[in-house]
Amino acid sequence: MAKDILRKPKGFNDVYFNKPGADKENTHYCPGCGHGVVHKLIAEALEDFGVADRAIMISPVGCSVFVYYYFATGNVQAAHGRAPAVATGLKRANPDSIVISYQGDGDLGAIGGNNILQAANRGENITVIFVNNAIYGMTGGQMAPTTLVGQRTMTTPYGRSVENEGYPIKICELLASLESPAYLERTAITDVKNIMKTRLAIRKAIKVQIDNKGFSLVEILSACPSGWRMTPRKAKEWITTNMMPYFKPGVYKDVLNERKPYAPAKLNLSLDEIDEKLGLKEEAPSFPGDMSGLKENHRNPRIKVAGFGGQGVLMLGNVLAEAGMLQGYEVSWLPSYGPEMRGGTANCQVHIDEDKIGSPVVSDSTVLIAMNKPSLDKFVPDVVPGGVVLYNTSMIDQAPRRKDLEIIPVPASEIADATGDLKVANMVMIGAYLETTKVVSKEAVFAALDIAIKHKGFIPMNQKAIEQGIEHVRKIKG
Amino acid sequence: MAKELIKGNEAVIKGALLAGCRNYFGYPITPASEIAHAASKYFPLLGRSFLQGESEVASINMCYGAASAGVRTMTASSGPGISLKQEGISYAAGSELPIVIVDIQRGGPGLGNIAPEQGDYNQVTKGGGHGNYKTIVLAPNCAQEMCDLTMLAFDLADEYRTPVYVFTDGYIGQMMEPVEFPKAREIKVEKDWAVWGNRESRDNLINSIYLEPLELEAHNQKLQDKYQLIEEKEVMFDTYRLDDAELVTMGYGIVSRILKTAIDKARKKGLKVGLLRPITLFPFPNKKIQELGNRVNSFLVVEMSNGQMVQDVKLALLGAKPVYFYNRMGGVVPTVNEVLNKIEEILK
Ligand SMILES: Cc1ncc(C[n+]2csc(CCOP(=O)(O)OP(=O)(O)O)c2C)c(N)n1
Ligand code: SF4
Ligand SMILES: [Mg+2]
Repeated sequence: MAKDILRKPKGFNDVYFNKPGADKENTHYCPGCGHGVVHKLIAEALEDFGVADRAIMISPVGCSVFVYYYFATGNVQAAHGRAPAVATGLKRANPDSIVISYQGDGDLGAIGGNNILQAANRGENITVIFVNNAIYGMTGGQMAPTTLVGQRTMTTPYGRSVENEGYPIKICELLASLESPAYLERTAITDVKNIMKTRLAIRKAIKVQIDNKGFSLVEILSACPSGWRMTPRKAKEWITTNMMPYFKPGVYKDVLNERKPYAPAKLNLSLDEIDEKLGLKEEAPSFPGDMSGLKENHRNPRIKVAGFGGQGVLMLGNVLAEAGMLQGYEVSWLPSYGPEMRGGTANCQVHIDEDKIGSPVVSDSTVLIAMNKPSLDKFVPDVVPGGVVLYNTSMIDQAPRRKDLEIIPVPASEIADATGDLKVANMVMIGAYLETTKVVSKEAVFAALDIAIKHKGFIPMNQKAIEQGIEHVRKIKG
Repeated sequence: MAKELIKGNEAVIKGALLAGCRNYFGYPITPASEIAHAASKYFPLLGRSFLQGESEVASINMCYGAASAGVRTMTASSGPGISLKQEGISYAAGSELPIVIVDIQRGGPGLGNIAPEQGDYNQVTKGGGHGNYKTIVLAPNCAQEMCDLTMLAFDLADEYRTPVYVFTDGYIGQMMEPVEFPKAREIKVEKDWAVWGNRESRDNLINSIYLEPLELEAHNQKLQDKYQLIEEKEVMFDTYRLDDAELVTMGYGIVSRILKTAIDKARKKGLKVGLLRPITLFPFPNKKIQELGNRVNSFLVVEMSNGQMVQDVKLALLGAKPVYFYNRMGGVVPTVNEVLNKIEEILK
């Protein structure tokens, strides 16, 4: 029977050249199996619509794993349940292709449940052909998510029980609750009438994709005489008497009239345009620096910047590193990241060096910029003798006790507030640091601000705060 | 191009786009998320496609689809996500699909933490999923290499039709350093095996099933031959102050940077120590290690793991020279001084 139906339908390979072994004429399906009929209907539709060249069939894991033996289309075999994800990748890589995800109930409803749900919910412009045979055919007849209540399988030897396994999953009903899918229908492979309905549903689902109208799926109730331990004739009857009352055939969603065709726009950029979109620049401002004349304790700084989240600690370090780079030095910037920041403290570690930087980690710092008290307390012990400590006296009432450090008190928050915004306390610190050490110049820092700060409107205020920081250090140093 | 101060994670994406990557699929995870952020920003700007998959399982399978269609494609994640991708990577290795996978390691096992660690070494260099396969593993240690090695990863993936990892740790991903990006250039790769959805590719098949054991054995042999060729041709490493070294230290990613500083300090104390940094973890620089084994006294492997790469070093040396080991775990990054102490202890 199956042999007659399957002999070289339109859209099938003349010879099943991908099939191993001597028999390259017959399918591998059992007599009375629904898969072969469904294959034929798909192949025919692809030919009739003239899209067989563009078509890519995805073979799932299940009895239809060998879909690729038969279809004279591009073929991709996917991992168990992942066909909708693989289809997504194929379609997004090549929106002109016609991608068909062919899946069984175990593949689609169990192991790949989330993959089908999410592909449907994205409205992925693919066609899914879902063969529901209420069993795992391939692996010898175990329970499927669609196995009926009471149905005996190799893993439900006493029948599926609602208490242990719950009710069979209704995929069309489930997916119909989503906004995105365009077309969902359930049909059955029983008599000629139902096969014709299946044929029309498959054609419609493929047409939806050709018209770029989004996600379509046809669920097909289909016989597995081997898994069900029935004759092909009995199996067909069982679909009618047992499956169809629970899995009711019908159209579950059809919003094709509301859907506008959508195909992603193609963009062809020149190489120069690519550089531009990536923000790559031929030239950057340059302020060649020279640390050779600086005090030994200021040269090649290893800087720790620390404070509350929200005090602009990361930006402070970022601007210093950026400025160092513009001066021709080697630089690195390493942030604290993740929950550490959520807890309310932030720190970053910056190197500005004449030589290549080995470890970017700052464990023994030569500079500490502390924006709040916990940061000062925590990191002061790590500063090397002779190191520089700039601390925010607006938030820290006690100076560090160590006598072997160059300590610069800066009322950063107060100065920032007077400048117009508490948020620029970090910039006040930058000004204080550059005036203290001269590692980076004001010009380089201003140029760094232009690069690091996205909202250009904030730049004048930041510049002013930096000037104030410089001014402050000039005053205290006399 | 002018230097740009940029996070390693972002440099990956600019490098990928310059290498002609067309499709990005990924699921967020710290400390790799900036890769997805940058991808979602830049891929659409260049008319390419970014999609946040529903999981790492989905994302790697989306890559599987896109790679089947013959385009350059990538995903990125960290430990827990890499574990989930292993099934898809095994399939991609079996089906010989070029996919670039970035792993920005964090602390494990389980949910662990988000601090930098190196406990994924075994799962990326030894196959990781089921079956007889390996993947090329590139290990950048700075932002510049995050760009350069990502670009190289795409070339190697296509040349050998294999998944390739760009493999590093949270620090290298999160750190900003100056990067000099190359100018965009024309990228054209012919893939006559791909399933492109046209007449020419109609007979093509992407597949990892070989039902007949003899056929599967032949397929496996073909893969093994490929890995051997990769071992012969693609080994990359970096050396530092090895000329007169008595002790060779080894480490990759952030550890190699710490080692470099420790070596400078040790040298100031007159200790003859150098660095061998594998840039490819598979293929592993076995020959170089053996060659050094003939002339140095001992090796010190430093890892932020329970001792994974050190096994490969021992295997390369087969007991020829002592191999010392220093490690931290759980996201604790060894300090320069800890490593220096270890060096002094060995050489005293
Ligand atoms: C990850 C994984 N788990 C399990 C299997 C074994 N397996 C192969 S097919 C299958 C069930 C397929 O059932 P279904 O999707 O309903 O397809 P059918 O054979 O009924 O058409 C299973 C569990 C596998 N190949 N991969
Ligand atoms: S086991 Fe069932 S689904 Fe599989 S080929 Fe046989 S009848 Fe078809
Ligand atoms: Mg089934």
